[in-house]
Amino acid sequence: MTRPTTLTPAEAVSRAIRTPRHAGAPAVVAFLTGGFPDLDTFVEHAVAVSQVADVLEVGVPFRDPMADGVTIQRASHTALDRGASLARILERLRARRGELGCPLLLMSYLNPLLARGLERLHDEAFACGIHGFIVPDLCLEEAEEQVARCREAGLAFVQLAAPATPDARLARLCDASSGFVYAVTMNGTTGGAHAPADPLPHLRRVKRHAGALPVCAGFGISTADDIAGLQGVVDGAIVGSALIRAIEAGQDPADFVRALRPAASRQETSR
Amino acid sequence: MTSLDPNPISAPPQEHARPDARGRFGAFGGRYVPETLVPALERLERGYAEATASAEFQAALVRELRQWAGRPTALTRAERLGTAWGCELWLKREDLAHTGAHKINNAVGQALLAQRLGAKRVVAETGAGQHGVATAAACARLGIPCRVYQGSLDVARQAPNARRMRLFGAELVPVDINGQPGTLRAAIDEALRDWVSDPDGTYYLLGSAVGPHPYPRIVRDLQAAIGREARAQLLDATGQLPDAVVACVGGGSNAIGSFHPFVGDREVALLGIEAGGDGRRHGATLTRGRPGVLHGTLSYLLHDEDGQVLETHSVSAGLDYPGVGPEHSFLKDSGRADYLSVTDAEALDALQEVCRLEGILPALETAHAFAGARRAVTDLRDRLGRTPRILLTCSGRGDKDLGILEDCLGTGEATR
Ligand SMILES: Cc1ncc(COP(=O)(O)O)c(C=O)c1O
Repeated sequence: MTRPTTLTPAEAVSRAIRTPRHAGAPAVVAFLTGGFPDLDTFVEHAVAVSQVADVLEVGVPFRDPMADGVTIQRASHTALDRGASLARILERLRARRGELGCPLLLMSYLNPLLARGLERLHDEAFACGIHGFIVPDLCLEEAEEQVARCREAGLAFVQLAAPATPDARLARLCDASSGFVYAVTMNGTTGGAHAPADPLPHLRRVKRHAGALPVCAGFGISTADDIAGLQGVVDGAIVGSALIRAIEAGQDPADFVRALRPAASRQETSR
Repeated sequence: MTSLDPNPISAPPQEHARPDARGRFGAFGGRYVPETLVPALERLERGYAEATASAEFQAALVRELRQWAGRPTALTRAERLGTAWGCELWLKREDLAHTGAHKINNAVGQALLAQRLGAKRVVAETGAGQHGVATAAACARLGIPCRVYQGSLDVARQAPNARRMRLFGAELVPVDINGQPGTLRAAIDEALRDWVSDPDGTYYLLGSAVGPHPYPRIVRDLQAAIGREARAQLLDATGQLPDAVVACVGGGSNAIGSFHPFVGDREVALLGIEAGGDGRRHGATLTRGRPGVLHGTLSYLLHDEDGQVLETHSVSAGLDYPGVGPEHSFLKDSGRADYLSVTDAEALDALQEVCRLEGILPALETAHAFAGARRAVTDLRDRLGRTPRILLTCSGRGDKDLGILEDCLGTGEATR
């Protein structure tokens, strides 16, 4: 993939969402748990999925994942039991960086990042193909330093907006976000046990506040129909637990992501 | 006899006005949570400020603490134990409070707060089960539906408390982690996930001085009744302050409640006792950990070089938490309080001595405080050049531990 040199990594993420491989359908952000089912298979999956997804999100496994449901918890434990760590995940990504077909975001709870050292991570990010970060337990108030540091480096720092977020706060949140705004479809954890009555009003609200920044919806999105239902409402959809479940069931993750496209446009288009 | 403070939640003196507006105790504390919980925590912070300013709320709390929970609790001079150890020993008897531990102080206060905030249900985590029992009891009394998460290892080893929770009408949910029987940490993971799925209708009644702001402050304020009463009672009885205040530290609620009213008394040493476990595996967060973020707060933490939280162990289910309240991290780094750890074996040994000499069966958690105090006497005596006066918080009673004690000590004559 070629990128005009003037584009920062954060802008490259925004552009990948705004101009997805399949015009006329929401962009697909595919989530893989780093090191799941094991480090070697994971990095093969990452390369393959990055050829069909618009953005790849890699989650650093953590034993106490506050915002995640059973599926990602289970994948995280498996990965850790098989020797995954942030250092090893970065090592694998660095080795295959040139083969990644779309921008890569690193999703992690704060503690593994702190243990590695935030400054060091920013230096490493480029070499590993990392375009930015999503840190679900680093809420706006605690994130100021991170937001500033990412902005300086041109890296994305994606903020999450919840249904419970009041309007005034949502405005500040969108201001601080870069890459895109992650609109959480519901109160709850990833995987979506508690499906919302109707997430669309909240998603429209986030879209209104986000201005020029694209918006992706996440939590509980698992099928092509779910994604088709977001067309015209938000710019992209994040698929995580469903993809992990597919891998657990022995399905090819790239095929699974391909099948999330509207039936008419499943033929690959290159950018 | 000391009477109850008419304003059980009173503002601390200005110089100790911690946490700051961002929930920081020095570098520690804060609010590291998913966005979904932020509005709920802000609501809680506002609701708590309004409640503490309300004479009506304070009166209701005083009434419940006095008529239902049994405050003030006694201060007992432990003559025989003191003689054996070479100190003047005073026990603040939280074991005599309703449901058998200090946990009730916090549960009553927060259950009233939940009611005031219009919560439809309460969720709580519990380790040893004392916080679960206290919460279940308080919710029964106020008519609020209650669900308690407890690690399945703890459900088994603290079975009497599991039964009590169910009798009080609480729904008890045993928690496994990664297919293994869980402990307190897994219970908190699960309670947080429950709360995230209904942050508006659910009140999370956190049981120790841990978690995101404002919990460490709320729990500290509610538990400070321990230290405030004891300070007045000891002054009444002896005209003197203690040379040292000693308490066990799991998440740190009975210890911070005991320490806080003495923080300004520079001549009073503050000593927290952690679980040294079997020596290899332990729960000695402050003595052997380093700062990190878990369950919403920045504090000392037991984690590996990758930032993964470590497995812990203690004979006491209430002390095996890998984190600790942020105010303790602050007190440690500022040098105001000291922390040491004692092993399972030392705690079991001290427990038997307390039983024999004082006719008090302390909880296994509390037994750590006794073992730590016993070890600290020599140092104190050397430093002061006289017999030290020690105030020890007897955080709870050991009825819940009879099963474990039987396993560890045998059924008949205890071995010494
Ligand atoms: C009797 C007793 N003491 C102490 C503790 C430890 O908690 P904390 O450190 O919050 O006082 C517990 C917790 O379960 C307990 O039951």
